[in-house]
Amino acid sequence: MPQLDITTYASQLFWLVVCFGVLYVLLSRLALPRIATALEERRDRIADELDQAAQLKKQSEEVLAAYEASLAESRERAHALSQETRHKVQQEAEAQRQKIDAELREKVADAEARIKNSRTQAREQLQGISSELAGLILQQVAGTSIPQQQIDESVAKALKRRE
Amino acid sequence: MEPEAAKLIGAGIACIALGGAGIGIGSIFGNYLAGALRNPSAAQQQFPNLLLGFALTEATGLFGLVVALILLFVV
Amino acid sequence: MFITPAHAASGFEIDPMHQFEIQTLLPLQIGGIDISFTNSAAWMVIITLAAYIFLATAMRRSALVPGRLQSLAELSYEFVLNMVQQNAGKGSLPYFPFIYTLFLFILCANMFGMLPYAFTVTSHIAVTFAFAVFIFIGATIIGFVKHGVGFCQFFVPKGVPIFLLPLLVVIEIISYLTRPISLSVRLFANMMAGHAMLKVFAGFVGALGIIGGWLPLGFMVAFTGLEILIAFLQAYVFTILTCIYLHDALHMH
Repeated sequence: MPQLDITTYASQLFWLVVCFGVLYVLLSRLALPRIATALEERRDRIADELDQAAQLKKQSEEVLAAYEASLAESRERAHALSQETRHKVQQEAEAQRQKIDAELREKVADAEARIKNSRTQAREQLQGISSELAGLILQQVAGTSIPQQQIDESVAKALKRRE
Repeated sequence: MEPEAAKLIGAGIACIALGGAGIGIGSIFGNYLAGALRNPSAAQQQFPNLLLGFALTEATGLFGLVVALILLFVV
Repeated sequence: MFITPAHAASGFEIDPMHQFEIQTLLPLQIGGIDISFTNSAAWMVIITLAAYIFLATAMRRSALVPGRLQSLAELSYEFVLNMVQQNAGKGSLPYFPFIYTLFLFILCANMFGMLPYAFTVTSHIAVTFAFAVFIFIGATIIGFVKHGVGFCQFFVPKGVPIFLLPLLVVIEIISYLTRPISLSVRLFANMMAGHAMLKVFAGFVGALGIIGGWLPLGFMVAFTGLEILIAFLQAYVFTILTCIYLHDALHMH
């Protein structure tokens, strides 16, 4: 077995020490620090950018909150304004309605008075016509005549009964 | 018995160690699989340990193989 | 005494150990010690250069958004960093460059060994044992520097009946001392066994010829994939065990 050939050990060990030592020095002095700094840089950069992103996010959240607040405020104002307007309009309408109501009532009362008036007039006329008619009928049919005063009284009585 | 024959027999017997290594490796992988199926989320973390156990177990078998080779080629 | 393990029927001779032989390329001697430049040394130099050139080109212009090569380099960096932080605990960062170099060196050695006609540096016990002993001694020194004589408590398990203690302390010390052996033999045996097996099956392909050779060839293709996995896995295991030993030295359990 070549592995147990002791004469080769010295050469193997010598070259192993040389090669491994050189590699160790090269790596620990040159290569590994470069990798470490590269990784460190990347980690820093990522952390930085995450920080920045968090900051930007906070800013945007603030802006959003401000926007929302102004939105709520304007909504409130619009609400109040509309409420007020509605109130005013309602009041106006009410006043107008009352005015019109009053006018109408006045007119109605007027008309009622007029009607009443004309009705009494008509009744008076009716009474006159009726008694005249009754006198005429009596004269033509019965051939008698009663004094006008009596006819008037009985017609007025009859009309009163009918009412 | 000829010393030559004894050497060959001895080398053969030394190789029985590989059977033990085989049993051990089978046990390691089997138990890993059983554990991984019970709790798959933890399986990935234990994978390095699986490899470590595999290498350690395999090495014991190879010690036997080395003895066999020494018997064949050196003694 | 050398036996060729497999003689094929056609007289095709397979020597799976031939690939591990060390050939001198440039004889060299210092103070009577033979330190010739061999094929093993050549591959070590190639590994070193490849590892460094990989990292240097990957990080040539360290872009904020990494390219393919750079993300690979950063991936390996973070992979080892995580491993060190998770397994070696606090105070292990000064040893990170060593562990990263170790990982990269062993990974490159294993991977370059998978190339055809290449020499696998880590398939030699001298190399892996040198690593393991260096780590073992280093960890022990760190332990004693960190905890003083108190590091000896590491060998005394807690909550054990007093009459069992002497036995357990001896067992603990033995298991501690066998660490470099198991660490080095694990890597070396894995690499050697895998390559030798591939070679044996390659021999079968030659021996069975064009009719029956397809079966071992297919097996070889599949096994090469497994070997690449093992090449990575062994580098990983070697490194993670180094981290665990470092953790023992730094924190004592």
